[in-house]
Amino acid sequence: MRKPASAIAVHGILILYTALALFPIILVIMNSFKARKAIFGAPLALPTPSTFSLIGYDKVFGDSSIVSYYLNSITATGGTIFFTLLFGAMAAWALTEYKFRWNTLLTLFLAVGIMVPIRLGSVAIIQLIVELNLINTLTALILVYTAQNLPLSIFILSEFIAQIPKDLREAGRCDGLSEYSIFFYIVLPLIRPAMATVAVFTMIPVWNDLWFPLLLAPTGGKQTITLGIQQFLGQYITDWNAVLSALSTAIIPVLILYVVFSRQLIRGLTSGAVK
Amino acid sequence: MSEVKIEKLCKSYGPVEVLKDIDLTVEDGSFVVLVGPSGCGKSTLLRSIAGLEPVNSGNMTIGGKQVNDLPPAQREIAMVFQSYALYPHMDVYNNMAFGLKFAKTPKAEIDARVNEAARILQLEPLLKRRPRELSGGQRQRVAIGRAIVRKPQVFLFDEPLSNLDAALRINTRVEIAKLHKMLKATIMYVTHDQVEAMTLADKIVVMNNGRVEQAGRPLELYYKPNNLFVAGFIGSPAMNFLPAQVKKGGTLALSDGQELKATLPSSCKTGDSVTLGFRPEHMTLGGTGNFALTGTVDIIERLGESGFAHVRLPSGQTIIAEVRGDPRTSSGQSAKLTFNAENLHIFNAEGRRLG
Ligand SMILES: Nc1ncnc2c1ncn2[C@@H]1O[C@H](COP(=O)(O)OP(=O)(O)OP(=O)(O)O)[C@@H](O)[C@H]1O
Ligand SMILES: [Mg+2]
Repeated sequence: MRKPASAIAVHGILILYTALALFPIILVIMNSFKARKAIFGAPLALPTPSTFSLIGYDKVFGDSSIVSYYLNSITATGGTIFFTLLFGAMAAWALTEYKFRWNTLLTLFLAVGIMVPIRLGSVAIIQLIVELNLINTLTALILVYTAQNLPLSIFILSEFIAQIPKDLREAGRCDGLSEYSIFFYIVLPLIRPAMATVAVFTMIPVWNDLWFPLLLAPTGGKQTITLGIQQFLGQYITDWNAVLSALSTAIIPVLILYVVFSRQLIRGLTSGAVK
Repeated sequence: MSEVKIEKLCKSYGPVEVLKDIDLTVEDGSFVVLVGPSGCGKSTLLRSIAGLEPVNSGNMTIGGKQVNDLPPAQREIAMVFQSYALYPHMDVYNNMAFGLKFAKTPKAEIDARVNEAARILQLEPLLKRRPRELSGGQRQRVAIGRAIVRKPQVFLFDEPLSNLDAALRINTRVEIAKLHKMLKATIMYVTHDQVEAMTLADKIVVMNNGRVEQAGRPLELYYKPNNLFVAGFIGSPAMNFLPAQVKKGGTLALSDGQELKATLPSSCKTGDSVTLGFRPEHMTLGGTGNFALTGTVDIIERLGESGFAHVRLPSGQTIIAEVRGDPRTSSGQSAKLTFNAENLHIFNAEGRRLG
């Protein structure tokens, strides 16, 4: 048992941090339910019957393009998670299980990929995407995000795959499984918690990203929601109701994904996947 | 027919030769036990036969079919791992059925085979459990069940009992012996346990340093070990060794001057240096026998019904003798150890058995 004093201190610090982190989010959600005047008049006040208004939500959902921006974001994020996990796990499996000539070099190369921010290569990426005729497509975004997230996911997944006992893979081989079957039926189920972790930290920056949508898919109806919201931010007037409502609703999909993955994560941890 | 034949098998990891010219035949339906010190290549040999490890040269046939280049699944072998290697995310039924599903066995057939194995191994009430909900012994049985359902030509066991406690190990050992009788299976089995080796084996293969030192029936190895290594390895406690010299008239002179009179094999020549070997269990303390050695008792380990006396000879060497009952002798006293000539093993300077 820890001493009560230090337990209180730790909890105090954590509660303070939580409040700090949640404050802007609560502010956004709160104000999204208020009329424009009330937002500016008393930004910290809760919505009251007199200030309550759904005008922001009306605008957001009344605008069909905003709905499709949501779908774009969901597609880009979902696609990125899918490909990052698939290729990340496959590459991690290959790098840990098979001995081949460039193994160490390749691992090092990927480690460098973790350290170099992909945004440094933005200009080259734009050129490449233009050459490939993929500008203003979600494919471009998914490709770039997958590349961005692969190195770290490979790194993390390798650690987990290396912990799967060798005997297990060999039992699979004796049972007549092909290398692909071993990967899909033995390795993947056992690293589920690790994949959930990777999914969570892949998903959040991708969902929130403004940079690449702005560069690679700024028009043509393929904007993501973070970019789409910008249409309410004008040079002279900003439609705060709409912006706040859009932001509030943008939290929901990530929240759902997070709950799904973290459930996996906890189940994986408590079931003692490997031992 | 599921005979395993291994000819001139060599295997190295980089520059390290792990298996050197292994020749071995495992007769159809026989139980062959591989023993040897840690790191001598037993697991590597088993894994090479299973196809989990590529070999450098040599020839392997299973049931008359050459398997050198076949993947594990097509060699018709089943391996039982020391760690059991059960799939943690599948229940017992699926652990056993998994390989069959991949072999596209009809559902009814899978069901029949798994249920049959579960019946033999008394796993029926456990079929819906996950491996982590099983005890060590139960996991072991599931691992064996997974091997049985595949109806392999050859079973390969790598130290299957080493993770079990002593009582369970004896139980499971008997179970495995019964299973072998019932299935009439060909089995290759690696163990560190002398008793397992002696009781289970039709043939024991003693390996050392990547070579087969001797292969034969358990008692053959016990009574007629080919060389010093096998003599020292089989039997517990290990055989006692004393250096000696062959004198005129066929006597053996020990380094401390004691002389033993024995009928020597014809290959012994006067002046040869030899090593004498005699087993602790063949010596008696204070009894009568053709040969006698005297020394001081260092310590007596009493196990109850019997015990082991560590006796120091004047030359400084210690030999171990089994004592029956509760001898009056205690540490520090002098003792006379006797044994019979027919239990004497003589090895030449190269460590080969003479006679
Ligand atoms: N993957 C490997 N790479 C290099 N050397 C290896 C490898 N696996 C085994 N060895 C070496 O091969 C030799 C034989 O190993 P092996 O596992 O067959 O021994 P063993 O007889 O089964 O020993 P134990 O009784 O301890 O299980 C050892 O010296 C070991 O160091
Ligand atoms: Mg071994």
